[in-house]
Amino acid sequence: MSVAPQAAESRTHYLNADYGIRSWLLTTDHKRIALLYLVTVTLFFAVGGFLAVLIRLELLTPVGDLVSSDTYNRMFTMHGITMVFFFLIPSVPTVLGNFLIPMMIGAKDMAFPRLNLASWYMLLAGGAITLYSLVTGGIDTGWTFYAPLSTTFSNTHVIPAAVGILIAGFSSIFTGLNFIVTIHRMRAPGMTWFRLPLFVWAHYAASLIMVLGTPVVAITLVMVALERGLHIGIFDPRLGGDPILFQHMFWFYSHPAVYIMILPSMGVVSELVACFARKRVFGYPFVAFSSLAIAVFGFLVWGHHMFVSGQSVYAAMVFSLLSFLVAIPSAVKVFNWTATLYKGSIAYNTPMLYAFGFIGLFTIGGLTGLFLASLGVDVHVTDTYFIVAHFHYIMVGGVVMGYLGGLHFWWPKISGRLYPEGFAKLAALIIFVGFNLTFFPQFILGYLGMPRRYHAYPEEFQVLNVMSTAGASVLAVGYLLPFAYLLWSLRYGPVAGPNPWGAKGLEWETPSPPPTFNFDHPPVVVEEAYAYHGGQEDDVVA
Amino acid sequence: MRFTLPLFPDEASTMAGRVDALYFYLLAVTAFFSVLIFVTVLAFAVKYRRSKHPVPVQMEGSMPLEVAWSVIPLGLSMVMFVWGASIFFSMNRPPRGALQIYAVSKQWMWKFEHLDGQREINQLHVPVGRDVRLTMISQDVIHSFYVPAFRVKQDVLPGRYTTIWFQATKPGSYHLFCAEYCGTNHSGMIGQVVVMEPAQYQIWLSGGAGEGSLAANGQKLFRDLACDTCHRGDTGSRGPDLAGLFGKPVTLQAGNKVVADDSYIRDSIVNPANKVVFGYQPIMPTFQGQISEEGLLQLLAYIKSLEASKTAAPAPGAAPPAAVVPQTRKTK
Repeated sequence: MSVAPQAAESRTHYLNADYGIRSWLLTTDHKRIALLYLVTVTLFFAVGGFLAVLIRLELLTPVGDLVSSDTYNRMFTMHGITMVFFFLIPSVPTVLGNFLIPMMIGAKDMAFPRLNLASWYMLLAGGAITLYSLVTGGIDTGWTFYAPLSTTFSNTHVIPAAVGILIAGFSSIFTGLNFIVTIHRMRAPGMTWFRLPLFVWAHYAASLIMVLGTPVVAITLVMVALERGLHIGIFDPRLGGDPILFQHMFWFYSHPAVYIMILPSMGVVSELVACFARKRVFGYPFVAFSSLAIAVFGFLVWGHHMFVSGQSVYAAMVFSLLSFLVAIPSAVKVFNWTATLYKGSIAYNTPMLYAFGFIGLFTIGGLTGLFLASLGVDVHVTDTYFIVAHFHYIMVGGVVMGYLGGLHFWWPKISGRLYPEGFAKLAALIIFVGFNLTFFPQFILGYLGMPRRYHAYPEEFQVLNVMSTAGASVLAVGYLLPFAYLLWSLRYGPVAGPNPWGAKGLEWETPSPPPTFNFDHPPVVVEEAYAYHGGQEDDVVA
Repeated sequence: MRFTLPLFPDEASTMAGRVDALYFYLLAVTAFFSVLIFVTVLAFAVKYRRSKHPVPVQMEGSMPLEVAWSVIPLGLSMVMFVWGASIFFSMNRPPRGALQIYAVSKQWMWKFEHLDGQREINQLHVPVGRDVRLTMISQDVIHSFYVPAFRVKQDVLPGRYTTIWFQATKPGSYHLFCAEYCGTNHSGMIGQVVVMEPAQYQIWLSGGAGEGSLAANGQKLFRDLACDTCHRGDTGSRGPDLAGLFGKPVTLQAGNKVVADDSYIRDSIVNPANKVVFGYQPIMPTFQGQISEEGLLQLLAYIKSLEASKTAAPAPGAAPPAAVVPQTRKTK
């Protein structure tokens, strides 16, 4: 350990290859761009998280006493917009995907390195415009922008926020395109499709949705701006439009967008489970194809957001049926991860704790989705806290758990340093407990009938709301911890070495941090992914 | 803070029990699979921990297992689908003979209009044990009519009627919420549904109607707006005869037929040029923005109340009385 730091310092890698602000802002190195994204999405997560804390504080009491109704409405709108469009959608693909996909397939960089940088600038510009709308007065339509509230009745900064999201959408399209071409064209010799890590499969499926879905939400937001600014009648019936049309167009993207968020995290979990169980992922082809199945079926279920909107009864039935079908590939993944543990050699390192957390919370999130796919029950629970609880189990319990698990897993590769394992395990535990305390009571609140987006609520709901707020403060502490110790580890953490977990995969065969072009010698792949054989020889750090 | 920790809502409609039964089935499936996954993961994690089980046993996968854990959940979820769809179907088919009430929503209040002329704001009085059908419209943005104790919810749209029905089973007072976010005071757009014993409901009914029935007000409005100068109901009139129109098919200029339902009648007042009846000139002026939604409901109630006139010959566009279809949609 004592000699290692000098060795690390003397070697040239992507972090010390160049210095100065220009070397970062004009970089085309996918690893540096990933770090730019890491800083950016962390910032948006902080903004969204801060708003969440304020929302929960307001809901501590039944009356609206902390902020005014208008402020409250702006807070949950901005919480939703920043979290969905500027954290959840970009987080795993642009940070971990960007850093790892070229390395996992044995490439020097992405197929289009400059497009990769451009996509970061698009996210930054979109985010800046959206934050501008926040600081100049905010927007109060909810992140869903339902018309005609957004197009005619809201007096807030709808157009700047829509423009911001539109621009960020291009970031998503660029990233998706880049991943698809990179995965098709840049694989090292011997890296066949069925030797790809499942992380890559999951990103491939998510990229298809980014490229095919995002343009639709872009068009929809342009239409909102046209109706709002120029009074062209599209959605407002007083101008001859149809408000249900907006919902169809919005959810045509925004439902698949859920899979843009969750698929990459599922990819992370496959990597974590394989590494810490020392096993090939059980049923690899089924896990791989379930990602594609989710991407395809995910495009056909948007109407399940509209069961009480006034769409036709028969359309609702078809959407209900398809929604049940899309649940099956998700279930297949969970079963295969569980089976992977069988006769494994399981270590409880921090990333694995997050993987366990993901499996548990995603199971609950997924199963409660069945309540919402069931027409008769959805009528009662839609637009209540049941929905809020369900999608937070998927988004926070799933996506964020996967993101944090991945960040902890590849942090030694990204930074070359190890973080303090004890603190990290404690943080994972706090997050798990805080999360459940925050969101489980909301299922009960929802079935009791408490509508979402309520600034004030009847008194009988208070106890459950207090529990939820208490959980949110625990959760906030849990999220602050990794922020602190990961930063600390950059300077004081022990040097990691190329492969601290004894993991398989090309990214672990190159030094940490990797050299600018990833590999000293272009790799040739001769075996399948997750070729764990014995146990002891892989075991470096436990 | 009063310490009350409710876990389950009131069941106060005929629909509530059906929804809850499916809810318990869903809960059972969820509990079973959650416990199955948690226990299995935990058991494997402990049993095969690295200190006890240092050498993993590699395996490829198993086709029978993959089929089993795809097909069994599929079967269980198809039960959910059929069950949920059948409840939903009932929710969307108001029974015949339901008590008709109208609702107009606006930022941020509920207005209810009873046929006898009673008007209420943020309160809805209904009798216990009787089917009640609400025809609803919004004056501005989308709202949603939601009574948790009844397990029913329906969005209320601008520019188009939507309907909801329920039969209350327990007298009492229940929350009415707006469930679709509608702007500043969304959480203040709440009220009560007061379910009364039939006798008390009759007393309540006789108390409030000061301004004449809904249809009578519609007739007055019909005259005030001079609708009757063209819709005279005789052969020479410039507008089609409205008597007996409701619920019947109407032939339009393009030759296609539409059923004269609530939305058709409203649309024909607001945008008369959209659907011109066969044999008539598009001369009717638009009344968009000139009649409030309540006024439109009064006109609608008046037009619905008109019996087919015995003396006048059938108007060219309207179907002959022989082809009369049932006024309400079939229940089964």
